[in-house]
Amino acid sequence: MRQSKWFLFLLVAVMGLALLVSGCGGTNEQAGGAGDDKVVKIGLMTPLQGDVKTYGESVQKGFELALEEANYKAGDYTIEKVVADDRNDATEATNVATKLIDQDQVDAIVGSVTSKCTIPASSMAQAKGVVMISPTGTAAKVTMDPERKDYVFRACFIDPFQGTVAAKFAVDELQAKTAAIMFDQGNDYTVGLSQAFKEEFEKAGGQIVAEEAYAKEDVDFSAVLTNISKQKPDILYLPDYYQKVSLIGKQARDKGITAVFLGGDGWDSSDLDFATMDGGYFTAHYSSDDPRPEVANWVTKYKEKYNTEPDSFATLAYDATKLLLKAIEDANSNDPAKIKDAMQAIKDFPVVSGNITFDADGNPVKSAAILQVQKDGSYKFVTNVQP
Amino acid sequence: MEFFLEQVINGIQLGLVYALIALGYTMVYGIVKLINFAHGDVFMVGAFVGYFGFTYWGLPWPLAIIVAMVFCAILGMVIERIAYRPLRYAPRMIALISAIGVSFFLEYFCSLKFMFGPNYRVVQRPLPEISWQIGGVTITNIQLLILVTVICMLILLLWIVHRTKIGAAMRTVSFDHDAARLMGVNVDRTISFTFALGSAMAAMGGVLYAIAYPQIQPFMGIMPGLKAFTAAVLGGIGLIPGAVLGALIMGQVETMTVAFISSQLRDAIAFAILIIVLLFKPTGILGRTETEKV
Repeated sequence: MRQSKWFLFLLVAVMGLALLVSGCGGTNEQAGGAGDDKVVKIGLMTPLQGDVKTYGESVQKGFELALEEANYKAGDYTIEKVVADDRNDATEATNVATKLIDQDQVDAIVGSVTSKCTIPASSMAQAKGVVMISPTGTAAKVTMDPERKDYVFRACFIDPFQGTVAAKFAVDELQAKTAAIMFDQGNDYTVGLSQAFKEEFEKAGGQIVAEEAYAKEDVDFSAVLTNISKQKPDILYLPDYYQKVSLIGKQARDKGITAVFLGGDGWDSSDLDFATMDGGYFTAHYSSDDPRPEVANWVTKYKEKYNTEPDSFATLAYDATKLLLKAIEDANSNDPAKIKDAMQAIKDFPVVSGNITFDADGNPVKSAAILQVQKDGSYKFVTNVQP
Repeated sequence: MEFFLEQVINGIQLGLVYALIALGYTMVYGIVKLINFAHGDVFMVGAFVGYFGFTYWGLPWPLAIIVAMVFCAILGMVIERIAYRPLRYAPRMIALISAIGVSFFLEYFCSLKFMFGPNYRVVQRPLPEISWQIGGVTITNIQLLILVTVICMLILLLWIVHRTKIGAAMRTVSFDHDAARLMGVNVDRTISFTFALGSAMAAMGGVLYAIAYPQIQPFMGIMPGLKAFTAAVLGGIGLIPGAVLGALIMGQVETMTVAFISSQLRDAIAFAILIIVLLFKPTGILGRTETEKV
């Protein structure tokens, strides 16, 4: 018995050692190869399954289109890509980031898509010195937690900005006096948007008549909505992702709530319940109806390749990838430290969602678009709101 | 006052949905003293089969419910045959772990691409939405449908258990397996029947749930399953009327917490009440104190 245990222990030890040796060998070879061929490895982190998979699919499309357009080249360097699926799960995001950084040895990461996955992944990228640019991670904590993570950038505006813009629009354009807010208490994104909305709305003289929280697993909102329907608010602010928003919207109309629905970029999905959300407004990163030439050019290219209209997610992923390629080109290096400095130095670089300059916190300075949901499954461009 | 009544009705709707799941939990527990953790997932499978029925196979919705019930009845019997029967005389903990295994298997197997897939699906309600205003309170046809279904199921179950031969067999088996066998009761078949009945009810609950809250996904069974289990324990596990009573209380507590205290405390207060009840009456509200036989 004792003997066999020892034997087993030895066997495991030998196997482990063998793995370690072969693993090291492989890495060395790769690193050597990279030096000669001038390769930059870019990882894409995106949810391709789960509750927000349409975001992830769009992001992958935008990412790949940007790389193809650059012909997998940036400066003197050839680009290699690695795609990883984080299923919009914060734990999985940490695993995926570890895999990309330690195993695939990427120099830069585009991703992730939702704030809750990007926050843990960006801390990891910062600790290991890998450049990261999130197309759509809008929570403030993505680049600051609490100190600036100087390897981390994003291509979108941040949560407080979306909430502020939504509140401004509600007061100025919709002449709203009262609003009710519903948010997921376990999600940084929806909490951030609702706080900023509340602050700005009250500052502009409006009144928040109800502020209700729910959990991610909740499907029955009838009690909360009964409370809200009694208050008869002008606006129901729902800053969550499309599937939850559709469910709440449906039950709100069932309860006879006639308030105008207002939300954030989480609504932007082909799986939104358009019939229910008809007439609702949300803050978005861009609109395909915007007359700027970069926009028209992008929409044509995307349609040619994928046969559909690009949504915000595809656009921001395209922009994020372009920004990263630009930084690699400017740095003309595969050293993440140099790439990050080049990224921070980018000034007025024209991409689809605007002309980008990064502020000290790694956030782009640009305007937001307001879109309106149409019954036929499309969005109407309403206006651009400047920060 | 109208506001209060409306909240009461919201609570009843939620409670009745829990009741449909809790009935299956409590029946299986009553017969084999096993907490069938896979029950919430059978509920999920039922919701999906029903959804496929009225969305893709073009069945009228009552027929889709029946198809889902038959499918899940068979699924329940298969689960019992494979995962529980070989462990019937093993320590109870082993069967419990097996049940947790089945639960995870169903969740992850069903979220594979060639099964249901991991994504949320929006359910288009197969029946027109009608609502009535009675004294300022809104009542929908879906709420009525759930109410009628739960009442019918409760009566049917009580009738089966107390008035039929198989029901007598069930009661005997629940009392003592070995004595039941000596009296000529086919224990295996009786247990199999119990699982089939419980799973069919979970399936019906699943389809009604999908109609009431029109969104489904492979992990949808976990939370309602837990809440229904809690409800069954609250009412007195193993007792059919207890499951319904417990579920109605759970529904009311959750709704009233949201309505009058805070939506953030919903689950915390619901489960705190469970703990308090169990501290003072461990057998549940309707449960009798019974000397442990083991």
